[in-house]
Amino acid sequence: MLRGLWKLTWIEIKVFVREPLGVIGTVGMPVVAFVVLSRVFGGRPTRGVARIAADVPAFGAILIALSAVLSLITVIAIYREGGILKRLRATPLSPVTILAAHVIVKLLFTAITLGLMIAAGKRYYTLPPEVSLASFTLALLFSTLSVLAIGFVIASVVPTARFAQPVGTIVLYPMIACSGLFVPVDALPAAMQRAAQVLPLTYAVSLLKGIWQGDGWSAHVGDVAALLIVFGLCTALSSRVFRWE
Amino acid sequence: MSSPIVHVSGIRKTYGRTVAVADVSFDTHEGEIFGLIGPNGAGKTTTLECVEGLRRPDSGAISVLGLDPAREKSRLQGRIGVQLQEAQLQKRIKVWEAVDLWASLYRRPLDGGRLLDQLGLAEKRNAWFMTLSGGQKQRLFIALALINDPEVVFLDELTTGLDPQARRAIWDLVRGIRERGKTVVLTTHLMEEAERLCDRVAIIDHGRIIDVDTPAGLVARHCPDRTVVLAADDPAAEAAFQAIPRVDGVSHDGGRFTIRGRGDDLVTNVIQCLSEHRIRVTDFRTVMPTLEDVFLTLTGHSIRD
Repeated sequence: MLRGLWKLTWIEIKVFVREPLGVIGTVGMPVVAFVVLSRVFGGRPTRGVARIAADVPAFGAILIALSAVLSLITVIAIYREGGILKRLRATPLSPVTILAAHVIVKLLFTAITLGLMIAAGKRYYTLPPEVSLASFTLALLFSTLSVLAIGFVIASVVPTARFAQPVGTIVLYPMIACSGLFVPVDALPAAMQRAAQVLPLTYAVSLLKGIWQGDGWSAHVGDVAALLIVFGLCTALSSRVFRWE
Repeated sequence: MSSPIVHVSGIRKTYGRTVAVADVSFDTHEGEIFGLIGPNGAGKTTTLECVEGLRRPDSGAISVLGLDPAREKSRLQGRIGVQLQEAQLQKRIKVWEAVDLWASLYRRPLDGGRLLDQLGLAEKRNAWFMTLSGGQKQRLFIALALINDPEVVFLDELTTGLDPQARRAIWDLVRGIRERGKTVVLTTHLMEEAERLCDRVAIIDHGRIIDVDTPAGLVARHCPDRTVVLAADDPAAEAAFQAIPRVDGVSHDGGRFTIRGRGDDLVTNVIQCLSEHRIRVTDFRTVMPTLEDVFLTLTGHSIRD
């Protein structure tokens, strides 16, 4: 059914790597931001900043996810603007295959970025023994996939690459404010709390923080379910509104 | 004649209040190069994209190889080859990667390496798409259109933006496609291209087909005028030229005579007259009407407007 998926994915990986600026932007930026934050908060686990210090890994993880989404939106917009999508449409490739190839590329680079972040963070954090790195990675891939689904919807409709970046930023960054990353959701104003309940980032943050603090997956069934629902809804929506040109 | 490869009957396509295609019908037969010709915005690309199954006409019927392109798109895709106007590929995709990807999408692809060789792209197989010249990009798009060994190939404004030399090279490639027994449907706003390349053309303007015929047939029916321009220093010649049958007018400017008339016999008659009257001629040429003139006659405006 997904004829050409692996070949297309492999080509997209190569094409992505051939543009050094893009790689630095998507992979390097979150790592640098993470290192800076770690230097500020991580090295001195005094009272007051202790809670923030514990959240930096979750913050880094969210940065990775957002970076992947912005990159996806931009790539699809460039492909649409340049007539690449239209050319691909006149082949047996389905839009699902095209999006799936990009999602696989983004998830792969998400994992690579996380690896780099872990390597860079060794100076600031010792991985708590109760945290499973595999679980954290899985939680991140899961969160990224769900946030990427919002990216599908944006990517499906933004007309040009010039619009893609700002539209992505406007949609994604306010989500961080409501997500409970900096301020616990309970402490937010009522309106923002309601917004937080429908935004997937909230559940991603809750999942990532929890896993980092040593929770088991059973404590986060609700988060996983919410992320799955968002993924399902957004994928269905984007397949309806997807524009080839 | 066998049933048509492409049958288009009364299609119409509008976008809001803009009528892109008002009423278009034509048939394309096996093994011919068929051209849709007309100015930019005449509805050529929209028509072609409906035939390719990329767009659905508001009304009318299309059949390609006996299939409905809108409803049986996936069955049709393996049997047609498509080149789109102003399409691009990923900037940093290599030539062989594109051909390899396309080949993997079809059941019985041709040998990609040999195809690149035939299209003169063998040396460029490791080049990034963004580094190719306009002509090389178009040759790659022809390769991608041919990779599934299609029965019919659609080419949209194939040579737009190319220099004359690259254009001629592309024409040879398109003739090569016909020689392999394929049917070619192309659009162009270049009358010279239509005249040299197409077996039959459909003239399209403001979303309507105005006439369909061979280029020579269109010229003969709509622009039967022939003109002979010659240089002679015999002042008595003018009266002799005026006596030639079916001559409409003779004018002269210095030693230069312009003889206007109709019908294919005009040139023969002028030559006969020259020999009968022993008129010495130092220059002789004929001016034939072109599709450009046919277009002007049929639509009242030039194709370049």
